[in-house]
Amino acid sequence: MTQAVAAHHTSTGLDNKKLAFWLFIGSECLLFGSLIATYLVYEGRSISGPTTHEILNIPVTSISTFDLLMSSLAMVLALAAVTRGDKLWSRVWLATTAGLGVVFLGFQAYEFVTFVHEGLTLQVNLFGSTFFTLTGFHGGHVLVGVIWLLTLFVRSLQGKLGPDKALNVEIAGLYWHFVDVVWIVIFTVVYLIQTSA
Amino acid sequence: MTESPESTSQHAHPTAGAYLAVAGVLTVITLVEVGIFYVPAFQAILAPVLIILSATKFALVVMFYMHLRHDHPLFTGVFVLPLAIALAVVVALLLLFGVFG
Repeated sequence: MTQAVAAHHTSTGLDNKKLAFWLFIGSECLLFGSLIATYLVYEGRSISGPTTHEILNIPVTSISTFDLLMSSLAMVLALAAVTRGDKLWSRVWLATTAGLGVVFLGFQAYEFVTFVHEGLTLQVNLFGSTFFTLTGFHGGHVLVGVIWLLTLFVRSLQGKLGPDKALNVEIAGLYWHFVDVVWIVIFTVVYLIQTSA
Repeated sequence: MTESPESTSQHAHPTAGAYLAVAGVLTVITLVEVGIFYVPAFQAILAPVLIILSATKFALVVMFYMHLRHDHPLFTGVFVLPLAIALAVVVALLLLFGVFG
């Protein structure tokens, strides 16, 4: 049975879960748009503490950005494997995606710890408040994504993630790719443009 | 069993080769972004160039990895409309707080 057959009939012909999830992603655009706007509005207005130029580490963040981009590739390959019923490669790519997500979180943890040691905290200035809020929210989303992927991985190990469940993997993939595109924007706007300004 | 042509899952996903090609392009764009960041000659036009490159990466992921290019247009609508509102909010706030001035 294919995922299309598993989908119940709706007046639009579209699966309700997938449509609802795209609406959720739309609401997430508004959330991250507001967080990015807040960061940009207050950027350069700190009167004390470390600033963008002094603290952001572009080489390290470039590697973590590449890591997240490659996790998106692993995610689409996982979906392709689940769709064609390839259990082995489903597990390999799901585990790879989750692993790359954990690596990204490791980079973020390293960055946060380094910044705190250099005097940048959530309370020290406007840059610290807006930077940690924005990147922290994003990191929280990555963490949720990793947990979701590991759940799918376990379901696969249990033999409960066949082609009939491909839509579930596709929806998890939508979430994961959205987290990736948000980071694409954050990397450019927060790290590259602001540090060069 | 017959599958509805309008089913969400009826869109043809790109091949693994297409996914790898997109990943290659994303990698190259990221390298270009980081590369021009360190070239002093690009400083004057760095922001617009980076925004264009970033928007290209964003579009590639959304079109190919999130399958909007091959999926039902309604999904594109429910994503693009809030995205446009979010962009408008960002621009409005930057204007209100005089970031461009």
